[in-house]
Amino acid sequence: MPPIPTVTDPLLRVRDLRVSFRLDEGTVRAVDGVSFDVFPGQVVGIVGESGCGKSVTMRAVLQLIDPPGRITGGEILYRRGATPIDLTRLSPRGRLMRDLRGAEIALIPQEPMAAFSPVHTVGAQIIEAIMLHERVGRDEARARTVELFRDVGISMAESRIDAYSWQLSGGLRQRAMIAMALSCKPRLLIADEPTTAIDVTTQAQILALLRELQRKYDTAIIFITHDLGVIAQMANYVVVMYLGRIMEEGPVDEIFHAPLHPYTRALLRSIPSLNSETRTVLPVIAGALPHPFNRPPGCPFHPRCGDILGDRCATAVPALHALGPRRAVSCFLHSELAEPA
Amino acid sequence: MTAPLLDVRGLKKHFPIAKGLFHRVTGHVRAVDDVSFTVQEGEALGLVGESGCGKTTTARCILRAIDPTEGSILYRMRDDSVVDLAPMSVGELGPLRKEIQMIFQDPFGSLNPRMTLFDNVGEPLLVNGMRRRRERMDRVAELLRLVGLRPEFMHRFPHAFSGGQRQRIGIARALATGPRLVVADEPVSALDVSVQAQVLNLLLELQSRLRLTFLFVAHDLSVVRHICDRVAVMYVGQLVELAPTDAVFRRPRHPYTAALMRAVPVPDPRVPGSDAILKGEVPSPASPPSGCYFHPRCMFAEERCRQDAPLLQEVTPGHFARCHFAGELQLGTGQAA
Repeated sequence: MPPIPTVTDPLLRVRDLRVSFRLDEGTVRAVDGVSFDVFPGQVVGIVGESGCGKSVTMRAVLQLIDPPGRITGGEILYRRGATPIDLTRLSPRGRLMRDLRGAEIALIPQEPMAAFSPVHTVGAQIIEAIMLHERVGRDEARARTVELFRDVGISMAESRIDAYSWQLSGGLRQRAMIAMALSCKPRLLIADEPTTAIDVTTQAQILALLRELQRKYDTAIIFITHDLGVIAQMANYVVVMYLGRIMEEGPVDEIFHAPLHPYTRALLRSIPSLNSETRTVLPVIAGALPHPFNRPPGCPFHPRCGDILGDRCATAVPALHALGPRRAVSCFLHSELAEPA
Repeated sequence: MTAPLLDVRGLKKHFPIAKGLFHRVTGHVRAVDDVSFTVQEGEALGLVGESGCGKTTTARCILRAIDPTEGSILYRMRDDSVVDLAPMSVGELGPLRKEIQMIFQDPFGSLNPRMTLFDNVGEPLLVNGMRRRRERMDRVAELLRLVGLRPEFMHRFPHAFSGGQRQRIGIARALATGPRLVVADEPVSALDVSVQAQVLNLLLELQSRLRLTFLFVAHDLSVVRHICDRVAVMYVGQLVELAPTDAVFRRPRHPYTAALMRAVPVPDPRVPGSDAILKGEVPSPASPPSGCYFHPRCMFAEERCRQDAPLLQEVTPGHFARCHFAGELQLGTGQAA
């Protein structure tokens, strides 16, 4: 993509990222040439179904890809000071990456039950994180943790920080996780399906909290989800992924009101809404998500696409083509541009 | 009007809380607390609520997977005689099992990975006395076609199929014995968005083709809106609202139902998120609040709500709500597009 002229430079710039997993049965290209930017204070939503590579992309940003997975190409440029650092070149266990992870780039995982240690109190785990990244004493770290707990709306913060994660309800546990992610005032927050495991009224509370904290601290957020409703309510900019590739990206309003890619359009049509008529047939996307080993040649969506253009879609992979400063789509309906074979 | 197919009256399920060395019972979790509703033949009733509200426990009582503590579950047989499932013994329930079947949430956990589709789908037939293999094969082929799978697949194992296809297999197995009542517990919540619609359409089609009666347990209101004729909303073990789907979604009468709808994020960035977010958390069914169970979280709560427990009252014909002010409140759903 050509350079994008903007007022500020992006905080994170992902370019042609590729991650593959080499398994006995073959190589799975989990992320296959993904590019997007995250600007300071912006919420970028990444939507996609299982196996689309959204979580692997984020693990790559955090340098948390475990073998047999490997970053095989591309760059992840993180702006710190004047020159950006390419995170793909850093050693995952090295000093610099460990300094960044948690302090500048933090993660809110999907299942807080699995992310907290059950044998340490939640407070102790947050205090440890603060003391690891900043030169503060235990008392100060504890005071800050209590403060954070109040910030994320946990009542009785002084006593709750001495609770174990399994003593907290799902909503409180996710709030504590958010407190932990915010403990070192990160510049970039990665939220990986943060509300998928919780109930809808609690989800509304957590989303409102994230919106409020985002405004307060002006943190950039990458919000990963499969829920289009959550994306519409949270994101400024949306990246739609399918089988490791970006189908389309753009400002949230354009993605929902002027979608270009047949996948995005079909997805938006097929979700039942609270306003839909009862007992009507929903438009569907034909077929099923292919197994990662049976990746179709050509455009990954072509076997299920309703607007297929014949052989070209089945043989060549459409390239992500920039239509404007912040709008791109990879489909032969909109651009002849193909990936080099 | 004929008698309903299913008539649940005063259903209760209390789980004892045991403490200490001798497992002394110190209290009860009132998971289902006096729930009554009917389901007409050919109707789809949605049972919705958040985790812990007792919707799954209610469904499991009806299936008699667990024993209800109190109440009756009246089921109308094919010859119009009515039987009560609640006090029946395992032996008595045997012949009824083929009438009431279940579709499970998890298409990965609910099929035996060591059995082919033929064995998975054909097992209920074998159990119900279809001994001849040839006959079973014909029936399984017919069932697979019915749910949109190719009959040749019957000799494959479940691992060869995607989540959506497995859910179809689970549906085929539930339909094997020709049931009249199908209990579906979150049948699409484990599926990807692009395949959810396929399975929902299949359920709708099967229901009208086979004249099935559905009890549809779900937390996703948009799915319920799409598939159900009537909706029952549960909160802390009780029904708080019961009404035809359109009526509930057009004008909910219970503040909890309205809050539940407002909490669903609208897939349209031009519709702003609701500011009236429900505060607090669902109380424990072991120690519910006094008066109306919802009063600590209700923005309309008055003194009366703290003391008097409201009854489920009929606000307009067929529309029931458990709220003192059900007739007066103007509740928004925040879903206007």
